[in-house]
Amino acid sequence: MHPILTTIIQRLGLGFLTLFVVSIIIFSAIEFLPGDFGEAVLGQAALPETVEAFRRELGLDKPPIERYLSWVGNVLSGDLGNSFSGRNSSGVDRSRDVWTLIQPRLANTLFLASMTALVAVPLALALGITAALYRNSLYDRIVNSTTLTTISFPEFFVAYILILVFSTYFKVFPSLANISDSTPFLEKTYRSTLPALALTLVIVAHMMRMTRAAIINLLASPYVEMAQLKGVSKAKVILHHVLPNAWAPIVNVIAFNLAYLVVGVVVVEVVFVYPGLGQLMVDAVSSRDIPVVQACALIFAGTYILLNLFADVISIITNPRLLHPR
Amino acid sequence: MNTPTTPKGGYSAAHEVTQVKTRRSFLENIWRTLKTAPPTAWFGMIVISVYLTVALFAPLLAPHGQAQVFPMAYAPWSDEFRLGTDALGRDVFSRLIYGARNTIGIAVATTLLAFLIGGSLGLIAAISRNWLDQALSRFVDVLMAIPSLIFALMLLSIFGSSATNLIFIIAVLDATRVFRLTRAVALNVVVMDYVEAAKLRGEGLMWIMRREILPNIMPPLVAEFGLRFCFVFLTIAALSFLGVGIQPPTADWGSMVRENAGLIQFAEYDLTAALTPMIPAAAIALLTVAVNFVVDWFLHQTSGLRDEH
Repeated sequence: MHPILTTIIQRLGLGFLTLFVVSIIIFSAIEFLPGDFGEAVLGQAALPETVEAFRRELGLDKPPIERYLSWVGNVLSGDLGNSFSGRNSSGVDRSRDVWTLIQPRLANTLFLASMTALVAVPLALALGITAALYRNSLYDRIVNSTTLTTISFPEFFVAYILILVFSTYFKVFPSLANISDSTPFLEKTYRSTLPALALTLVIVAHMMRMTRAAIINLLASPYVEMAQLKGVSKAKVILHHVLPNAWAPIVNVIAFNLAYLVVGVVVVEVVFVYPGLGQLMVDAVSSRDIPVVQACALIFAGTYILLNLFADVISIITNPRLLHPR
Repeated sequence: MNTPTTPKGGYSAAHEVTQVKTRRSFLENIWRTLKTAPPTAWFGMIVISVYLTVALFAPLLAPHGQAQVFPMAYAPWSDEFRLGTDALGRDVFSRLIYGARNTIGIAVATTLLAFLIGGSLGLIAAISRNWLDQALSRFVDVLMAIPSLIFALMLLSIFGSSATNLIFIIAVLDATRVFRLTRAVALNVVVMDYVEAAKLRGEGLMWIMRREILPNIMPPLVAEFGLRFCFVFLTIAALSFLGVGIQPPTADWGSMVRENAGLIQFAEYDLTAALTPMIPAAAIALLTVAVNFVVDWFLHQTSGLRDEH
């Protein structure tokens, strides 16, 4: 078999194994709950029978392996269970299906993330490549120190500076990203500008610095020096000699930062009260609504793992050494 | 400085080495290194010492108590309330000072715990290189596959939000990174002849860890300590900001930003009010920048190695 195929299959296998173990960890969240959490969810006045019925609904009377298998089956068929909130001590169950809670939020978060990525990725690559080309110039130093500063800033600081400047002092953008399904596309984009800008500032810094480092690494290699000594033009050196070898690190950088977006989105959504998945997760953590937390964690962790897996596969495919084996 | 003297029995190399070593005192050496430090490193060190002083002497410096409530909510900046009061009428300036103590204290405790767990396990894994090494490494791989903020949120929802839980959860999650680094750098040292010699001499695991390996991997670990501290500090601030970290009435910078965030909307009437929630956030950012500057310089000093991310 072609060496690339074997490597990719190995990597995919490893990725799905990780996903499997992570799903076990997230599933066992419910195992670690203190024994009296039934009372905590249903309230102090809950009758023992109600608590017992609640525990049975969660399947706590069955062995863990059986429960895990049925949980995975349900998740794969889109059934994430019922939320803890909305239950009360009298046994009346007004809890909502987790998937109906999550679905509109997930769409909003994806909208915000793709909007950020569309701006941040080209910008970071352009900044990183130019900074590497003109390294140690004034331009390089300015870009570098600016990004080093933004890296050290907590996300909420960046977000509040943006609100202070663009929304309360100069009233250009709204400070609350109040969007819903019925909001028209342009209006949605306008209202999401500040959250997207905050996220962009945070990830461009990382992405730009990593791109710059990757390109500088390659520019220092002997074959690039050889090409320069032969008198090959600067543009040709970059396009023909550096870029084919740079795809792997660059794709890795992009995937790493899109994965980082998963984390940044939580804080930024809370600042702008953006109705996304991150905000839902934080609310669920405060009210200890475990099924919602589990579902959100599963989605976030899954995205993170798949993005990293995707980056690995791309860097295997674009590796010239593996493409032309001896 | 005294000149090397020759002992009566003739020349002895060991004697000369001790003479050279004692020529400069420890403090002199530190001072010589400090004199070569670039301005950014000096800036970083000064900022860090100011923060530490404020954190240590918080009760002496703060004009009011951290949970002391005054009958004036949202008081403007004045002589009595240097930075005004918050929604409950607590003095923001005093809370800022106590916040240094609580936020930095918890972050330092967490980083130390992370290094204790991750460092010792990493060393044991590197020395023993058996099934334990394999098991720990695979376990760490899985833990690192989940973004740590998401993992921390999930664990906090299970165990509940309290300062102790926060310290333990973040420490365990960050110990994975420390484990990776310690194991990687220790592997290079473990194969050295002097470690082999110590093993043949019959030294125990603890002795080899402490006397043979640890001194040789100190520089990258110290640099990592600084970077890890920044990371832990930012994570705790983010969690407190989200309302699931350090719980009220303890003053801490992350939750102070959240509590006073509403004041930003008054920017056009009173800019100082709008700046109130920004000050704790700026305090977090400044400390992170300062630590980064010092770590950068330290890495340049100890070796050529530099972390570009």
